[in-house]
Amino acid sequence: MSSTSTTHDLNREIADAFRRTEFPSSRELREEAIHHFEKLGLPGNKNEEYRFTPITRALEPMLSAGFGETPSPITDITPYLIPGYECNCIVFVNGQYNEKLSRIISPENQLTVRSLHRASEEKSVLVRDYLGKLVDFKTDAFAAFNTALWKDGVFIHVPANTILDKPILVLHVHDANHQPVISPTRLLMIIGERSEASIVEKFDTIGMHPVFSSWVDEIVVGEKATLNYCKIQNDAGSLYQVASTLIHQHDGSKVNTFTLTLRGKIIRNNFTIAVDGERCESHFYGLYLLDKDTLADNHTTVDHRQPNSFTNELYKGIMNGNSRGVFNGKIYVRPHAQKTNAFQSNRNILLSDTAVVHTKPQLEIWADDVKCSHGCTSGQLDEEALFYLQSRGIDKANAQALLLYAFAGEILEPMKDEILKKYLHSIISERLHKSL
Amino acid sequence: MLTIRDLGAKVEEKQILNGIDLKVNAGEIHAIMGPNGSGKSTLASVLAGREDYEVTGGTVDFEGKDLLTLKPEERAREGIFMAFQYPVEIPGVSTINFMKTAINQIRNHRGQQPLDAVSFLSLMKEKMKLVGIDQSLLNRSLNEGFSGGEKKRNEIFQMAMLDPKLAILDETDSGLDIDALRIVANGVNKLRSKNNAIIVVTHYQRLLDYIVPDFVHVLYNGKIVKSGKKELALELEAKGYDWIKNEVAVL
Repeated sequence: MSSTSTTHDLNREIADAFRRTEFPSSRELREEAIHHFEKLGLPGNKNEEYRFTPITRALEPMLSAGFGETPSPITDITPYLIPGYECNCIVFVNGQYNEKLSRIISPENQLTVRSLHRASEEKSVLVRDYLGKLVDFKTDAFAAFNTALWKDGVFIHVPANTILDKPILVLHVHDANHQPVISPTRLLMIIGERSEASIVEKFDTIGMHPVFSSWVDEIVVGEKATLNYCKIQNDAGSLYQVASTLIHQHDGSKVNTFTLTLRGKIIRNNFTIAVDGERCESHFYGLYLLDKDTLADNHTTVDHRQPNSFTNELYKGIMNGNSRGVFNGKIYVRPHAQKTNAFQSNRNILLSDTAVVHTKPQLEIWADDVKCSHGCTSGQLDEEALFYLQSRGIDKANAQALLLYAFAGEILEPMKDEILKKYLHSIISERLHKSL
Repeated sequence: MLTIRDLGAKVEEKQILNGIDLKVNAGEIHAIMGPNGSGKSTLASVLAGREDYEVTGGTVDFEGKDLLTLKPEERAREGIFMAFQYPVEIPGVSTINFMKTAINQIRNHRGQQPLDAVSFLSLMKEKMKLVGIDQSLLNRSLNEGFSGGEKKRNEIFQMAMLDPKLAILDETDSGLDIDALRIVANGVNKLRSKNNAIIVVTHYQRLLDYIVPDFVHVLYNGKIVKSGKKELALELEAKGYDWIKNEVAVL
């Protein structure tokens, strides 16, 4: 076991805290999860999956201080919205679903949004069938932690044959002005057959106390359905986050994802796609623009379980200062999944001598009639291109920004939501001009 | 306009220029010829301010300014333009966006307001016509997937947009077929005026049929070993460079 004696005590403390807490729902699932959590323990630095990401050590002081309530006086969410974005807005403040600040504009026959506690009380069949079914809490300690201790969550359902014309924005606001915040939170989303939905998750932190955001998304994409998923991590404070997004694809479904990481202390994204249907098509894009001492770790798993599907993954990073990037991309092609096309690429630019990137593709292919490729690069900005721009009168800082922007902007090109795209362009551009 | 005195330069510890002297006045076209490895492109790069080259001696005066102390972008803003031998491909940056940024930075340097969209567009249309370049090309990523001819034409388009005082064409003829060569040369000729000057760096006389120089200089072993009028280029074409080498050996 890789746990040190301190984390060992911590694991017990967490389990004890669990037993002292009254949870409004899912007691059985939680019991099972805490049982696994006690066996697994939080991952230490010898754990291969967390080799470059010492998040357990960073969390120790916070987690040992306990899990008290962290109320927040926030009543205005305007600063965290996306300008001009007409959307269904779901708001979490310090991990608590806030129905008052949330606003659902789509009609009930297109979209159901419920607190996960309430949906469980109402004995929702979908919640019973899917909650905790995609996430692997038997081997992943943070998933077990979240499944046992989630404070609040939301259940989102888009029924069959529905094109949800307004996107869903999930705001995670952390108010760490007065105390540290620990927010284990949960989302379950079901998209029915032949339906289409877009969801954006945006994380914002205010205040300088540390925040631990433990976040698990489970998303089921029905037959011939389409999901557009976007995650924006642009936290000003000292955010530690382990965010797991698990997507289950059925026959003929399409998934497009985009993960943008700009700020935070240690950000770990676990992105797991089960391509469990034929003729699925999916594109996974990621961009991390890091500086100072931010560490962003993207672990992705694309699991091809059925034949004849296509996935394409492209993650890009620009690192400055003492920042660290980690990319680990797993692709599994199961024996049955013939005629799979799976592509993966990770490209990085390092702007300082002290920035680091660890990149590791991991392909495990058991089928023989497949097309798979992977590639990763890391390097500096092209000096010749810089000189070319300078020789036309553009100063070095602007030339750098232009080149970096072009490098980063490629990732946004396929995005169809113009308002969201414009917003993402603006925060990327702001970041690139500021950090140079 | 430009006075080069005893200019020496090296790259990675290799001395390439060994005392260049050259004077260029407004309204003149100078051709710099010479065999491979004689230092032609190095001279062009040193004038444009490429960082890999270390100046080991001499001075370069451009309109009363010490050119060698200026950064590449400052040289461009003072009116120096180099058409690259190998224009760089830059994915994700369109020529239009690139030119807009460049022009506005230069204008800002001169204390002028940035060009508004309408004026920029009409300037662009005018210069596009001048060099015969298509707008669809300018909307695309800079030089990415361009043919050799398109890249060189794009260089001349940029030259037209930036309206330099001194343009240095570094082997602009390389990789061009005869039609492309004619189009590019026509563009350059249209940009010629009594207020600007052009230095044409080339291997072959061919380009000089279209861009007729006032002076021809032969560069060999990092020095200008012979200067003359345009007839010198014809002589070089007929006799090759060996007689120059022999002449230098005798001295």
